[in-house]
Amino acid sequence: MAEYKPIKKVVSGNYAAAYAALHARVQVVAAYPITPQTSIIEKIAEFIANGEADIQYVPVESEHSAMAACIGASATGARVFTATAAQGLALMHEMLHWASGARLPIVMVNANRALAPPWSVWDEQTDSLSQRDTGWLQFYAENNQEVYDGVLMAFKVAEDKRVSLPAMVIESAFILSHTYDVVEMIPQELVDEFLPPRDPLYTLTDFDNPISVGALATPNDYYEFRYKEAMAMERAKKVIKEVGKEFGERFGRDYSQMIETYRTDDAEIVFMGMGSLMGTVKEAVDLLRKEGYKVGAAKVRWFRPFPKEELYELAKEVPAIAVVDRNFSFGQEGILFNESKGVLFNTDARPLMKDYIVGLGGRDFTVNDVRAIAKDMKKTLEKGRVEEEVVWYHLKR
Amino acid sequence: MEIPESIKKRLTLPAEEHFYAGHTACQGCGASLGLRYVLKAYGRKTIVTIPACCSTIIAGAWPYNTLDAPLFHTAFATTGAVISGIEAGLKAQGYKVKGEDGVMVVGWAGDGGTADIGLQALSGFLERGHDAVYIMYDNEAYMNTGIQRSGSTPYGAWTTNTPGGKRHFLEKRHKKKVIDIVIAHEIPYAATASVAYPEDFIRKLKKAQKTPGPSFIQLFAPCPTGWRSPTDKSIEIARMAVQTAYFPLFEYENGKYKINMPNPKKEPKPIEEFLKLQGRFKYMTKEDIEILQGWVNHEWEKLKKLAEVFG
Ligand SMILES: Cc1ncc(C[n+]2csc(CCOP(=O)(O)OP(=O)(O)O)c2C)c(N)n1
Ligand code: SF4
Repeated sequence: MAEYKPIKKVVSGNYAAAYAALHARVQVVAAYPITPQTSIIEKIAEFIANGEADIQYVPVESEHSAMAACIGASATGARVFTATAAQGLALMHEMLHWASGARLPIVMVNANRALAPPWSVWDEQTDSLSQRDTGWLQFYAENNQEVYDGVLMAFKVAEDKRVSLPAMVIESAFILSHTYDVVEMIPQELVDEFLPPRDPLYTLTDFDNPISVGALATPNDYYEFRYKEAMAMERAKKVIKEVGKEFGERFGRDYSQMIETYRTDDAEIVFMGMGSLMGTVKEAVDLLRKEGYKVGAAKVRWFRPFPKEELYELAKEVPAIAVVDRNFSFGQEGILFNESKGVLFNTDARPLMKDYIVGLGGRDFTVNDVRAIAKDMKKTLEKGRVEEEVVWYHLKR
Repeated sequence: MEIPESIKKRLTLPAEEHFYAGHTACQGCGASLGLRYVLKAYGRKTIVTIPACCSTIIAGAWPYNTLDAPLFHTAFATTGAVISGIEAGLKAQGYKVKGEDGVMVVGWAGDGGTADIGLQALSGFLERGHDAVYIMYDNEAYMNTGIQRSGSTPYGAWTTNTPGGKRHFLEKRHKKKVIDIVIAHEIPYAATASVAYPEDFIRKLKKAQKTPGPSFIQLFAPCPTGWRSPTDKSIEIARMAVQTAYFPLFEYENGKYKINMPNPKKEPKPIEEFLKLQGRFKYMTKEDIEILQGWVNHEWEKLKKLAEVFG
């Protein structure tokens, strides 16, 4: 194994994604522009134009077709990448099911962006969380480094034959997509060692043993297809941890935890959330600790498969969890909050849990906001019960 | 079964069979015949993509497969995009695509999946110039969901959502000219074909195979179930569609039009010859028939002019 000397580059989240796709040696890219994702596919086009990459680039006429073309390409055994955001992801919805149902390990970066109307190009997670039940793995990146690492790991997990499911790597609109930061990139030979060429579960190119994919299944069989997919998702947890650990051993950044915990050991209140806002939360935790608050942070890296076991281990140790949801499910509550409560229902872990809806459509979410949440949680802890479960934190009253 | 050489010599169609018996099409189904001819022309080194349509069923429910070639079932709107992706995937891995010894990438979609929901993906496929063949089998309605109109349904046809009634009566728009929309993309090769003329169809399939870039064939494929026609009349109906010039056979090749009618000297027969064989037209009045005849005449004259000027 060659010695690892990272190559440091100052890049946006989008460029980090594009470099990761390049280093993963993707063979086909089919994509359609949408703010704030566009510079990912522009950068990839540049790689091709400059002769840095040998990629079949399909500039499709819509996101529905982008995913369909990715599906066709992936079914031939190629390594396939795409990227989108918000309306584009929504338009892909039907095909997301097709990709996972056909067990095709396509990797996609989604730049989290609020859905219209009203139009918004800013950060919110409801677009990707709306795709929760499509059978895609979902990795939420906190920073540009995690976008880069996430894409490489996503390919390895998705293509593992125990999994063979598509994966989404999710970054925040503008906060990551267009903000420049130092990213440690991995030399190509070492990426190649970590991520060998794809060895597909099946391909359409076996002309001597032709197969048909996606045929009609009667009620006698359909159920078993779904069970197998469910089990693949379940197995993905083990693969994610293995791959995350291997990544740490090779490149020094350990991703073996599906929920990254930060100063939670003796914490009374843990802030739990996903994506870039967790950077703010971790910073706030350090400050609040100095101010005497016993707080910690839990960043959910992988939302699908959902890290139930890790959540349980965390929840049984902490008295209170404040979920910060940059998303909302109408008629119910924040999506991470909803999922987390559900996980704990049949266990003996009973922290007080409260949901803070924050930052929708790009509203700033700052260290001061975390402090206010900490104060509110403290009162809740003192009362010993949750009165208002869901708080629309920034509301202008 | 091995076919003796003596018989093989007399056949005008390839003897090889890559479409198995025991499929689940209705009796007299034109689409199933068409699919059989496609595989005869291209053999097994063909990747077929089928969107939601009758052919989903014809190709077999899991775990059965009536095609002796790799097959990807896809979503209704996506044929053009999926074949684009398959082509790109193959090329990325160094396969030769199209041409005599290349892999044939085939999209096989109904008129609904082509003229309507899949039109955008078809247009993208044509415009980007992928090496693949798109075949629209035209049974002039959505048969798989129970005979509803499509953009390709002709004037005066009964369908379940253009029924005859006191106020709402039959399809009132003329058939969408998908082939004209395709030709507007200026692709290298486009043609119409009919299951009643299999030699002509296979010749066109072979031409599509040899021509680099995207090719398109609109195949007239009767549907006894949807057309309310006797199951043993499908070929006759398809032949009549050509002979009345309702569905003329022609090719468009690098800007040039060529009409290939079985009896080029003969004047087209009256449209009634085509209509009377099918129950779906039985509600048409005399006036309706005149309107349809007028459209057929106009389109036929237009095509002849095109062949004359751009022949
Ligand atoms: C997005 C979507 N909408 C609707 C359907 C339902 N559907 C399945 S097949 C079909 C009609 C197919 O018609 P056509 O393409 O003409 O083929 P045919 O059935 O006539 O062979 C429809 C509407 C679907 N599968 N997907
Ligand atoms: S309904 Fe029509 S097109 Fe469909 S299988 Fe039957 S005959 Fe063929």
